[in-house]
Amino acid sequence: MSNPAPVSNPGPSFASLYGETLLKILVPILVVCTLLVIWQVGVWVSGVPQYILPGPIAIAGALIKDWGTLSPALWVTTKITLMSLGLALLGGVGIAVALVQSKWIEIAFYPITVILQVTPIVAIAPLILIYSPSTQVALLICAFLVAFFPILSNMVQGLKSVDHNLLNLFDLYGASRWQTLLYLKLPASLPYFMTGLRIGGGLALIAAVVAEFAAGSAGAGSGLAFRLLEAQFRLNIPRLFAALFLLSCLGVVIFAITSFISWLALHRWHESSLKREN
Amino acid sequence: MTSLPSTEDPITPPSPKQRRALVVMKDVSKVFSSGTVALTGMSLTVIGGEFVSLLGPSGCGKSTALRIIAGLGDTTTGTIDWPSSRINSKGLPEGDISFVFQEPTLMPWATVFGNVYLPLKLRGISKSAARADILEALDRVGLKDFVDAYPRELSGGMKMRVSIARALVTKPRLLLMDEPFAALDEITRQKLNDDVLRLWRETGITVIFVTHSVFESAYLSNRIIVMKARPGRVHDDFPLVTSAERGLQYRTSEEYRATCDKVSRSLIEAIGFPLADGMELH
Repeated sequence: MSNPAPVSNPGPSFASLYGETLLKILVPILVVCTLLVIWQVGVWVSGVPQYILPGPIAIAGALIKDWGTLSPALWVTTKITLMSLGLALLGGVGIAVALVQSKWIEIAFYPITVILQVTPIVAIAPLILIYSPSTQVALLICAFLVAFFPILSNMVQGLKSVDHNLLNLFDLYGASRWQTLLYLKLPASLPYFMTGLRIGGGLALIAAVVAEFAAGSAGAGSGLAFRLLEAQFRLNIPRLFAALFLLSCLGVVIFAITSFISWLALHRWHESSLKREN
Repeated sequence: MTSLPSTEDPITPPSPKQRRALVVMKDVSKVFSSGTVALTGMSLTVIGGEFVSLLGPSGCGKSTALRIIAGLGDTTTGTIDWPSSRINSKGLPEGDISFVFQEPTLMPWATVFGNVYLPLKLRGISKSAARADILEALDRVGLKDFVDAYPRELSGGMKMRVSIARALVTKPRLLLMDEPFAALDEITRQKLNDDVLRLWRETGITVIFVTHSVFESAYLSNRIIVMKARPGRVHDDFPLVTSAERGLQYRTSEEYRATCDKVSRSLIEAIGFPLADGMELH
């Protein structure tokens, strides 16, 4: 790179590259701002009462005013989502590894996992509520069950799609079962795991909210879903929107984090994370 | 790396010390669970230091034979013996065999270094202890400058070189190659042929090379086994005692032409087309 660049082909200049990146950030922001302005102006002009449709300014006001109520709820929902996702990762990977160890383990347990997967979790929620020591634990179990299956099925798929020649190679060099798992099967299934993580992260949040609706928790330990319902009952629609806004933010953050982890793990080698150079 | 061996570099006959049977296949048959008979009564003794090509049409069981030698699959009948090796519990000579597949078969998540390190890692050798051997193996295939590259950054030929370096890093006595260059273009293939030949000379390793190319087998080997298909068996066994240097000059020599001719005839016989008198094969 120390050679002077040939004059005939200077390539894209730094400024133009930088400019495009800037535009990619600015354009969506501009679109969102425009929509917010249209919304606000629409509310003003039409004179819709606030208990039907509040404008962005009113919602922002509610967010600030009710922060004392909303922030603990946000924290509760975040905690349940992250804990259930963590448990789902441990369980999903662990059980997937156990399932692929032997054909018979898979034959024996696979139907059970399918039955659990196809049963709507909301339908089990009342049962879980009965057996759980507290509402929080019930929410955790519900969110766990929902996030768990995409991780499990992706992981099983990944562990089974290892290149046969590489398996032969490991056999040839006398690799133990443990070495094959650690050095071959787990790294090979990383892209599948990351897909499971991204899906599971989104589902964990959805399940945490839906389960809270179903559980109808109340009081100090309740999450954003309960605050949302509560605001609806009180016709405090700006607060409902504020709670909704916080849920969206949480979802975006979870998506961004899981995508970033996935990029970190795969960008050096996996096709899904590579830029196509043509 | 010199991909073009010097003309003063004759094919070295195996030294007396190496002239011992390394692997002995006796009446080996292989029937797959589907009922396909891949091999019948194949007997083959490979002497230490030989470069043996298994040549034949597809379905002649040459790859199956190679895999059986490597222990990647059992024989249905017959035995494989390793008269001069220490045998492990699986009946294989511990650490003596390496395999190069038709595809490079590299781990995409590991660097070139990591891929070559694999066989040593599986033996529990630490990275620092293995480092010198890994760099030596990479140097032998001319990839010392690509230690930290990922497989996706390499060309097909370079990936194959990494695969060869990985096979050499354990310093095996027997290198099994299963149509390793079949997917490469002709130029890259010739280059790699010269590299393999050079490695064989330098290391004194024994090579069993599966190919369906008459020219490749005639260029590389000092013994060619022509195989017949359905069911797979040995058709012909050519010892090529040649004094010729193998390099660019050999490729255009009369001797090479004659060898190709002879082997081609045998192969056509093996495939089952009778050859008319005076028919030319070029």
